[in-house]
Amino acid sequence: METDSVACLITMVSADPDSYMFHTPNVAWAGLIADAIGVPQLSWPTLGEEEAELADLREAIASAKERYGIDGIVTGAIESVYQAVRVQRICRELDLWCFNPLWQIDQVDYLKLLVSEGFEVIVTGVFAYPLDESFVGARIDGPLIKKLEGLRDQYAINPSGEGGEIETIVLDGPIFRRRVEVLKAVKEYDNYRGRLIIKEARLVER
Amino acid sequence: MILLVDLCFRPRSLSRREFVDPIAGILSRSGSDCQVVHFFELSEEAVQGADRIILCGTALKDDSYSKRIDLFTWIRDSERPILGICAGMQVIAAVFGGKIFPQPKIGLEGIDIVEETPLLGPPRRIEGYHLHNFGVTLPPGFVLVAGSPDGVEAFQHPDRPISGIIFHPEVRNRWIVEKFVSL
Repeated sequence: METDSVACLITMVSADPDSYMFHTPNVAWAGLIADAIGVPQLSWPTLGEEEAELADLREAIASAKERYGIDGIVTGAIESVYQAVRVQRICRELDLWCFNPLWQIDQVDYLKLLVSEGFEVIVTGVFAYPLDESFVGARIDGPLIKKLEGLRDQYAINPSGEGGEIETIVLDGPIFRRRVEVLKAVKEYDNYRGRLIIKEARLVER
Repeated sequence: MILLVDLCFRPRSLSRREFVDPIAGILSRSGSDCQVVHFFELSEEAVQGADRIILCGTALKDDSYSKRIDLFTWIRDSERPILGICAGMQVIAAVFGGKIFPQPKIGLEGIDIVEETPLLGPPRRIEGYHLHNFGVTLPPGFVLVAGSPDGVEAFQHPDRPISGIIFHPEVRNRWIVEKFVSL
């Protein structure tokens, strides 16, 4: 992260899989990813209820400030004003910096950057027409990006899933010390809603 | 060539990606060349070599630019079109005798354009993304273009092509940056 150091990863574990604010598919594996990167994880439960979940996020960030002495937080927000505004307000209340380095980035350029930088990302959820079963578990690579670009043009799908159309998990990347290997996963799909539920995974040498 | 002045707390900061690169992206997509220079590193040559200048915004917690208004006195004599965005608007206000004062606002809100200008067009209501801890008073002689005297959303120099907007055009209002380039 350039000249800044990462103190911890904050994971909000939502009881509601349809949380407005938080990513939910396979979130239980975020701890393994934190281990793979070599950064402590701060895992925080929330019921995932609209607006009330913000109080939980505030508590989690306040706890990170207390435990790790963080100066600010970094989010992956690209387009969502709903999410960005709420995180900005929490940071202001807690006197923390808020960084959104992907803000307003072209989503196709972003996906291409992930691939060119060596991130291994797979799709773990699809939640919009016309995303078919072939997307569930698919690796984000050149051909898939091309397909998503076409769906953006034809159906206004956000290629990086910023509108919740797609959810993903990162298995490897340049900041990883070890990579995540998925040993067992179950695919569920019905009527343009699908998930890849990871049952077993482990860390292996890169 | 359009000069984008990075007003973030330090050169090449993480904030640059959030407040400068999106503006550079809009310019690039509209076919304009731009050069990004941090305000600590701004030279007279860079200012003189620019056709137009945009002063970009900063993170909510960042007010370092307001402590170095002495680095922006060149704006006073510039004949080039200048657009100040958020922190950039605050800098323009301070250079021309306005005041920067606490006036936090976060989120999408309605903005009333009250004066027709080439940049923002005729009076009407638009929606804009706000992310600032400070507002400004209208500098002496400046025209209030949007908002009210107690909540200045946009202003313009009375004689020169110098404008400021307190909201962030990279969200939902990219047309403002495109318009600035075409004026």
